[in-house]
Amino acid sequence: MIVAILICLMSLALMLQFFVSYCRSVIAASRTLELSEQVREIANLREPTLRGDEFLRLVQLLRLCPGRGEDGGDLRAVGAYYAMLHGLRAVFQPLAPAIARWAEKERENCSHFAALALDRRIMYSRELLSQQMSAPV
Amino acid sequence: MLGPVDYLVWFAGPAAQAAVVVCLLRKREFLRYISLSIYVLGTTLVTTIDFFLLRRFGVQSLEYTYFYYYSESLLTILLFLVIMQFYEQVFAELRAAIYIRRSAVALLVATAAFSYLVVHANKDHLTSRFVVALGQNLYFIGVVLTYILWGAVLKLRETRTRLIQLVLALGVYFSATAAAYSLRNLFPGLQGSFLHWIPPLAGLWLPLAWAFTFVKVPETARLATAQLMARAR
Repeated sequence: MIVAILICLMSLALMLQFFVSYCRSVIAASRTLELSEQVREIANLREPTLRGDEFLRLVQLLRLCPGRGEDGGDLRAVGAYYAMLHGLRAVFQPLAPAIARWAEKERENCSHFAALALDRRIMYSRELLSQQMSAPV
Repeated sequence: MLGPVDYLVWFAGPAAQAAVVVCLLRKREFLRYISLSIYVLGTTLVTTIDFFLLRRFGVQSLEYTYFYYYSESLLTILLFLVIMQFYEQVFAELRAAIYIRRSAVALLVATAAFSYLVVHANKDHLTSRFVVALGQNLYFIGVVLTYILWGAVLKLRETRTRLIQLVLALGVYFSATAAAYSLRNLFPGLQGSFLHWIPPLAGLWLPLAWAFTFVKVPETARLATAQLMARAR
């Protein structure tokens, strides 16, 4: 009984750590990449740094834009990570502002990740359109 | 009786596993990740046999139940070989391959001996509770091995993004499944609710995350592990 309780608690704690690190590794690669002017214009992103709460709006725009279907899995993982950060921020805002600030910074990274995915999909849509335009009738 | 969602999750698993194998073959990395490839192919084979046993004998049958749980234990042992291959890659520069292989053989022998002793001691009552306890212990060994490997990745400042993501995805899989099994061991009544979804979803997560890594992350991609440590400042 005690062994099962210990295994359960340790597994849950480690799962959280592995999942957070995994999501950070997926997002980390996108952190250094700049957003293009066209995605800023289309998604109405005026600030140089994206806000955390822009993530959901960017995901809605992503659903409207066709893509190659290769970024669905990582978007879902980052979406789950974002939801977890949202809860963490809400809980720790009054108790531990440092943790809430960290969660907000991570949410900003999630938004940047979603904006880059949108950027890729816009490029893909334009490529499709130009191929259709150039194809003989 | 299984519903359409159960079947969907069931068939999505082999599709994701096939994607991993196709990615490895296309990138000519099948032999480089041979343990991982064997595990993925083994999982596909077991899922197929599971499906035929389910159709022939039904979900409540002894044939299906025994095959499901014991093939799962064997697949977990195959997954230990995948971890050992990751250990070899992390410690490659230290030329520690021979020690890792010896440790892998020792671990396999120890796991087999432990399992034999447990089965021998419980041969008169090989109940579902025993099977759950065995699964919980095997998966927890996986969690511990992956956590030690993750510690080594951080300590040695490993920068290969692909290796980092493969290890982390494996960590999520092992810990989610070990937590589900231990919860089931503690509260058998929960199996009928959300708990029975966790192992198949975790089983779907692993090939999906691996396929994503092989498709998106080139072997040459690098990442500073310091960026992955969650610290509030």
